[in-house]
Amino acid sequence: MRAVRLNPCPSVVEDLHSIYPALELRGIEKRFGAVHANRGVSMSVAAGSIHGLIGENGAGKSTLMNIVYGFHQPDAGEILVNGKRVTLPAPHAAIAAGIGMVHQHFMLVENFSVLENVVLGAEGGRRLAGGLAAARAALEKLGRDYGLEVPLDAVVSELPVGLQQRVEILKALYRGAEILILDEPTAVLTPQETTQFFQMLARLREQGKAVILVTHKLREIMSITDRVTVMRQGAVVGEIATKETTMRELAEKMVGRAVLLKVEKGPAQPGEVLLEAKNLVVRNTNNVTRVKDVSFSLRAGEIVGIAGVAGNGQSELLEALAGMTAPSEGEIRFRGRYLVREQLDPKARRRLGLAHVPEDRLRVGVVARFSAQLNAILGYHDRAAYNRGPLLDRAAIVAGCEAKMQEFDVRPPNPALRLGAFSGGNQQKLVLAREIDADPAVLLVGQPTRGVDIGAIEFIHRRLVALRDAGKAVLLVSVELDEILGLADRILVMNGGEIVGEVAGAAATEEKLGLMMAGVRGEGSA
Amino acid sequence: MISLRRLAALISIACVALSASAKDFSPAIVYDFGGKFDRSFNQSASEGAEKFKKDTGIAFREFEITNAAQREQAMVQLARRGATVIVAVGFTQASAVERVAKQFPAVKFTLIDAVVDLPNVQSVNFREQESSFLCGMAAALVSKTGKVGFVGGMDIPLIRKFALGYTEGVHYVNPQDEVFENMTGTTPAAWGDPTKGAELAKSQFGRGADVVFHAAGATGIGVMQAAKDAGLLSIGCDSNQNYLHPGSVLTSAVKRVDVAVYKAFQAAKDGTWKPGQLVLGLAEEGVDYSLDQYNRALITPEIEARLKQAKADIISGKIKVTEYKVQ
Amino acid sequence: MSAPRKLPRWAELGLLPLVNLTAALLLSGLVVRLLGESPWAALKLLADGAFGSQEAVGYTLYYATSYIFTGLAVAVAYHAGLFNIGAEGQAYVGGLCTGLVCLGLGTWPFWAVLPLAVAAGAAGGAAWAFIPGWLQARRGSHIVITTIMFNFLAAALMTYLLVNVLIRPGQQSPESREFGPGGVMPPLHELLAKVGLTFASTPLNLSFVLALLAAGFVAVFIWRTRWGYALRVAGENAAAAGYAGISPARVTIGAMLLSGALAGGLGLNELMGAQHRILIDFPGGAGFVGIAVALMGRNRPLGVIGAAILFGALAQGGSQLSFDMPKVNRDMVVVIQGLVILFCGALENVFRGPLARLLGQREGGA
Repeated sequence: MRAVRLNPCPSVVEDLHSIYPALELRGIEKRFGAVHANRGVSMSVAAGSIHGLIGENGAGKSTLMNIVYGFHQPDAGEILVNGKRVTLPAPHAAIAAGIGMVHQHFMLVENFSVLENVVLGAEGGRRLAGGLAAARAALEKLGRDYGLEVPLDAVVSELPVGLQQRVEILKALYRGAEILILDEPTAVLTPQETTQFFQMLARLREQGKAVILVTHKLREIMSITDRVTVMRQGAVVGEIATKETTMRELAEKMVGRAVLLKVEKGPAQPGEVLLEAKNLVVRNTNNVTRVKDVSFSLRAGEIVGIAGVAGNGQSELLEALAGMTAPSEGEIRFRGRYLVREQLDPKARRRLGLAHVPEDRLRVGVVARFSAQLNAILGYHDRAAYNRGPLLDRAAIVAGCEAKMQEFDVRPPNPALRLGAFSGGNQQKLVLAREIDADPAVLLVGQPTRGVDIGAIEFIHRRLVALRDAGKAVLLVSVELDEILGLADRILVMNGGEIVGEVAGAAATEEKLGLMMAGVRGEGSA
Repeated sequence: MISLRRLAALISIACVALSASAKDFSPAIVYDFGGKFDRSFNQSASEGAEKFKKDTGIAFREFEITNAAQREQAMVQLARRGATVIVAVGFTQASAVERVAKQFPAVKFTLIDAVVDLPNVQSVNFREQESSFLCGMAAALVSKTGKVGFVGGMDIPLIRKFALGYTEGVHYVNPQDEVFENMTGTTPAAWGDPTKGAELAKSQFGRGADVVFHAAGATGIGVMQAAKDAGLLSIGCDSNQNYLHPGSVLTSAVKRVDVAVYKAFQAAKDGTWKPGQLVLGLAEEGVDYSLDQYNRALITPEIEARLKQAKADIISGKIKVTEYKVQ
Repeated sequence: MSAPRKLPRWAELGLLPLVNLTAALLLSGLVVRLLGESPWAALKLLADGAFGSQEAVGYTLYYATSYIFTGLAVAVAYHAGLFNIGAEGQAYVGGLCTGLVCLGLGTWPFWAVLPLAVAAGAAGGAAWAFIPGWLQARRGSHIVITTIMFNFLAAALMTYLLVNVLIRPGQQSPESREFGPGGVMPPLHELLAKVGLTFASTPLNLSFVLALLAAGFVAVFIWRTRWGYALRVAGENAAAAGYAGISPARVTIGAMLLSGALAGGLGLNELMGAQHRILIDFPGGAGFVGIAVALMGRNRPLGVIGAAILFGALAQGGSQLSFDMPKVNRDMVVVIQGLVILFCGALENVFRGPLARLLGQREGGA
């Protein structure tokens, strides 16, 4: 479906604006203390084009876009809009210059209506009512022009994520954006929604808008962009016409070395059932059912993937299995024990050999303000190995952390460093090291490569496969279909809290999974 | 030669001693938590000291404490810096006076509202129950509803002493009358909470009271304001508070702390200061009810006659007012 | 967008508090000036009154002792993510228990009474803190609200007991009778005299040493044991605590018990050490000063000791100041203390930026 290529070169080139690029950056420099976030970055985005911006975490993409949107001030360099130099001391200046930005995390007031959200901050006059009526008319026109129809009176929190994203885009367009920056826009979308989204982007391109697509997904760059800028360590390492490059070339530019995009693994050799969930029902604190009657089993020597669009119950399922929340109904059997009936907490489950790498690493899996060594014992802090009498054994803790850092190539290998100072990939490697080092029989992993660099992704994937090959079981929850397809021996698809289907890893395709993720029941419903 | 020398020495010593006794008479006063501007008890003490200064031109040292440990510390310092007489205002100073008085036997201590039995301590106490009794009578005599109120500050024995005398006075006039009794609180904050005082008074008015007596320091300001706002009557305490709301303050249970302080200073200066217990009641004019131009219209001649009679009876011992004591 | 700037450790712990303190003193000086007194003379009186003689030092450290106990109480709760406003009430009830032991066992030898009195104080304070902790953990009642309420309950309870039960018969003041000799904490000048050192007679007593020991215990407990580790994880990141199998409810209750027990130490200093009887309102606001002390001491035991000495110096030096400079009355001293709290607590970041720029540090993190 991403093969759908939509008029790469629109016919509006004769437009007046096209003498100058819509946006041009010249020699942008930005330092944060010792961190040189942008080193002389130059790039040029033409009106009526979609321009990709890729790079690993910490490559300086976000800093650059925040400079363009007026959040940060460059230490040096120039920003030109339609050939004219502009200074952007704050976002409102950027908006005035025709620059709009849609953040990865939406900036909407959840209990306002769509209309109110769009108008917020651009009310245009003291009396709200008049402004609202005018805004309604304008938004209806925008919706028709760009295929961005949204129910204007619906409350935002009741809209699906895809529509919320449209609201963000409408907001930018309503404020007169000619240059639209989209930061990782597809992270929250199903493959089908992504296709629709790209069709909409193509409409924007036809209308002469300049679109900057910030992403780490190489396939998206290949399928929709006209040109692509690659950043590494704060500098631009290449600006290429998309037609003239390949995914492999882009990946190598990003990482600075050759990378494997797919982990090689042999066929699985499933053994005994280690973990078995039976009719699990999980309700959240508002008593909304998030997991509906889920049953499955996990065998030694296999990786089972759980696919699904974010927010379809996978997170809650994972937390219930790990013992962070208690299911309202059902039972979890693990190596002969009944985890629900025995009310075993996460610590007790770890002792039995059930380790857990949580989805939201920073919020759940670590304490960002603690040192790496203290994070390396989280959940294992009362093990005899780390204690001597009533006191924690510092030497053992440091030594343990050093060993983990070495084995998992955590950089910098400094156990005393505050965890928050490590990059996302290194944080994740440390968490993985902590959980794998405890030699679990089953590893629960959520979003193992979220916010992780390509180089580290490869490493993490290899470790998971190694764990499987050592006869352990891995339950992998990920919203990255590529990841599921690349790693899982069996794939369960979740939608609306239910498992809507199971597919063997070898037989799975993106289309098949995508339909199931959208709620169409597939073969062999569990 | 020798005798001349000796004479000279004697004379010089005498001179020094003389000048010392004249110049070095140094009175001092230590206030309690309320501070000297509490419009009530401590302020009354401060006024006595100020009057002494005005009359004699002799300056005094003073100290307002902020925590319990400072009582002793302040007295030690005052004694060390040559205070001749130290007036300690308030019963909470008793234990500090006891210790410091032992430490400085040459310094005179006058303790107000408590008793310490030492050769250099004078304990001044008031029979608050007697003035409260008269105020209770006045309240019962003017009350139309047969219900009167009492708002105390912090719930301590001293305030219960006021309450008991007041209640007895009310019942002396009319045994069927009802007395509502409320204490503002259990922390020292109860002395300085006019808002709560007003609320308590209002609730008593709501239950039918038409006269309310406060023994609550600054909290009483709110009590009296509430009475004025409701068009009802209040009774002041410690100082003469009749002037605060003329026509609404029935009378005040006056406690002459100022007189006690003034007299202590004066006696120490004159050399007539004596240790031991001093109990000041109606007979000694240490306590009284107040009658002036502000409440003249409220106290009718009949009422005044009753009060005068009762006052005489208390002094003569014909009426016995119970003093609240902790068992 | 501007994240709190980072300073080198020495500047964070030494220079910044010093700058804040200086600013507070400058502003106080201005107020003194407005009163028509010399700020320089006032500062000198303040410093002299706090540290100028053995007696001054004794009083300063005596006040500091109380503040160390309450400061540690607040700090321990803070590490568990709890804001314990109730140290005042916990100290009150803890002191009651200490006092009862001293009243009952006053004839015993001191060294036999001491452990019982310490245990009773800790138990009383812990018990008073337990209920708000339990309510927070099991019922979600906010600890700030409940601890404030428990301060009032403690005051009401103590007034009732002192007015009706414990009062020495025949006296006005709501105070118990004096403790027997076994219930009196030896003053430091007596202890020093035994080893041949002379020190002025002040209320400073053995409790100061106990307070320092408590600080040492807190340091080891919070940073060196698995329980302290669990407590800090729960305080820093409740979600991570749940993930690690650390029960936030148990940490909440445990931290409040420890916090209350520390606050309960106040009675050792005030009752056994200074007053030798149970009297009304003996905590005298030390529980609230403890909040400022913990805030200023960055919730670290050493910092708490330092801040407690500073506040002790302000209390002692301040009373000397108002003694010798009557225009600067006790309310002015409270203003000065307030300014110190304002600059060192609420406004501590005001000078952080300029200081960071001065030291050549830039805003951190990309």
